[in-house]
Amino acid sequence: MPLTGIEIYKLLPQTNCKECGEPTCLAFAMKLAAGKTELALCPTVSEEAKAKLAEAAAPPIRVVTVGTGERAVKLGGETVMFRHEKRFENPPGLAILISDTMVEAEINARLEKLNKLQYERVGLTLRPEMVATKNDSGEAAKFEAVIKKVTQAGDASLILMSDNADVLAAGLKVCADRKPLLYAATKENLARVADLAKESSCPVVAKATNLDELIELSTKLTEVGVKDIVLDSGARTLRQAFEDQVVIRRAALVKKFRPLGFPTIVLPAEMTDDPMKEAVIASALVAKYAGIIVLSDFYGESLFPLLVERMNVYTDPQRPLSTTEGIYKIGAPTENSPVLVTTNFSLTYFIVSAEIENSRVSSYLLVKSTGGLSVVTAWAAGKFVADTIAPFVKKSGIEEQIKHRKLIIPGLVAAESGSLEEELPGWEVLVGPREAVNIPAYLKQWHP
Amino acid sequence: MTFEVPKISYSGLIKQIKLGKGDKSITVGGQNAYPFHLFEGEMPNPPRIAMEIWDTKPEDWPEAALEPFAGVTDDPVAWAKKCVNEYGAEMLCLQMVGTDPNGLNRGADESAEVVKKVADAVDVPLIVWATANHDKDTEVLGKVAEVCQGRDLIIGPVEDGDYKKIGAAAIGYQHTVIASTPIDVNLAKQLNILLGNLGVADDKLVVDPTTSSLGYGIEYCYSVMERVRVAALTQQDEKLQFPIICNISKEVWKTKETKIPEGEEPALGNAKKRGILLEAISAMVLLLAGADILVMRHPEAIRLIREMITELTAAKSGK
Repeated sequence: MPLTGIEIYKLLPQTNCKECGEPTCLAFAMKLAAGKTELALCPTVSEEAKAKLAEAAAPPIRVVTVGTGERAVKLGGETVMFRHEKRFENPPGLAILISDTMVEAEINARLEKLNKLQYERVGLTLRPEMVATKNDSGEAAKFEAVIKKVTQAGDASLILMSDNADVLAAGLKVCADRKPLLYAATKENLARVADLAKESSCPVVAKATNLDELIELSTKLTEVGVKDIVLDSGARTLRQAFEDQVVIRRAALVKKFRPLGFPTIVLPAEMTDDPMKEAVIASALVAKYAGIIVLSDFYGESLFPLLVERMNVYTDPQRPLSTTEGIYKIGAPTENSPVLVTTNFSLTYFIVSAEIENSRVSSYLLVKSTGGLSVVTAWAAGKFVADTIAPFVKKSGIEEQIKHRKLIIPGLVAAESGSLEEELPGWEVLVGPREAVNIPAYLKQWHP
Repeated sequence: MTFEVPKISYSGLIKQIKLGKGDKSITVGGQNAYPFHLFEGEMPNPPRIAMEIWDTKPEDWPEAALEPFAGVTDDPVAWAKKCVNEYGAEMLCLQMVGTDPNGLNRGADESAEVVKKVADAVDVPLIVWATANHDKDTEVLGKVAEVCQGRDLIIGPVEDGDYKKIGAAAIGYQHTVIASTPIDVNLAKQLNILLGNLGVADDKLVVDPTTSSLGYGIEYCYSVMERVRVAALTQQDEKLQFPIICNISKEVWKTKETKIPEGEEPALGNAKKRGILLEAISAMVLLLAGADILVMRHPEAIRLIREMITELTAAKSGK
């Protein structure tokens, strides 16, 4: 719970020295409680008080980083229940399960998927980041071997899964520099695993069978000095997992309940044997608050939708995604193919390009940067009008690629056609459909 | 130490609405908490799925979507029966694609005849979804409402530009209307008020806040739906307390990602399963945001979503 002004006051020197700029220590304490000033302004506060106050001022959900390098996964740090209130901060890490009882070929195939299954979309690379290596063999040597293989294969972030602290210790030895996530500290092994986490400064999962036990475990871990904790409530049904995710997030944000103020891990891999169902369960947990999602395997047909969903849900509602300005070739356009122009709001681009594809008429799509605004909004803002479209078309280099000089503009900016023809001498400006859905019918009648 | 689950004290309730008539009628709404928050509220009627059929033979559906309906896609009546008898559809949505002025532009009388035949052939609740062209929809839905009097259809989309006439027809012939607005809480509320003023009863209205597919703007729909539910359930915004319908399948299956063969882009995996999952995951996301009625296409995607609804509303073991 955050401290009140009076509680903070008790931790201050109470000298009323005015160095902080406030008339009294109490006034300073009140401002601190309201988040309107900084403790650093007090020259004489004790180290102990600093520590206590820092703890109270910590974000409601701790930021925990797993892994190093490009595929490191930053978790937690969330501040809202609904993305429209502000935005979601750190997208969940997606992990593929690799067991140390799998045959070599299977392990290799899974590692290859990690690198091959990635997708370019609006200038971003969508890909999974994590491998959950699981000790099913019960042998430390096999566990070590599979972890070595994973670390050699690439820069994926690792989760080390074993209930046996000795096996975890052995696994940790071969990859401690990669900052893996230890899975897991349980009621049975808490002290040992906590020591491992502290010695290696690696994050650790508190794995319980219900929320009460989870709170107990994370409290104990905190008491012994472990800071980077990830929560597994033990739920293995969709209903319970969903409920736990909501309750954990809400307790942390609304009640500032510290023992649940950590990112979470969920395991659809352990919730069903049907890969299709597993994907849909995972999708529910992408939207509702999971920090790490462990899948039994990766398949293009399910990973792609999950990655797109993750991008969609974690898009900042205040800053729409945009695509890069330029000429986009759809199909195999020739010097006689139609040329259409639109704005670089990612949705506009997606929908227009998809409809052009649907038409099966190879075309050039000129995407003009409007700072991510849609056609009508950009037009109203003066960013998609004759004065700005004309220089863009000239500079784009499209004139070298086509023989004709016909430009199709969105029907919604039909009003610009006259002035655009003035600004683009030699060009004929055609007014296209108002709605993208009518593009195929329009393009089928195209002739240069 | 016993942890007390922090609960929200909700002040609102989604209106309970009966769709269709007779034994096969369906009730939606009635919940007093966020979607599936059963630890702090009630959801007396789980979300329902309407299977989509078209009034015309689809030309641009990917193979995976056509396969389950092989042999019936050129006959809406046979198609409707197949959905009900073979796939256990508990509700249907007839998409009036053939009436589109930019397409086949089929006339109101002819189209209404198709609806009538389907309505007579099955007894599950029937949604009739036109093309969002105000003039044309007014004609078509007006006629549909008339010839299907007594069938308690659900008709839409009813928009700001055509609500008076379509709304009046729905009132006159006792159908439920789908109030459709473009991804905006205030516009949604305003249209609900206008329809209320027109005389549409509170139990004859469902809301379509506009739906898009995964990767094509679903996050906008998602957040608008969540905002609608926050306002309805915690801010006593009565004019937003209506069940939500999402016409999702036709948005999903028109995207290029459902059409690309695996051979062309191996990283996208099996094309059929990909299409099914794009539909199912889009639907899942919308369910979590507050969808009460989902219009869906592929039987396999429907099976998955039914299972999810069952699991999310299942009694908890051991508690």
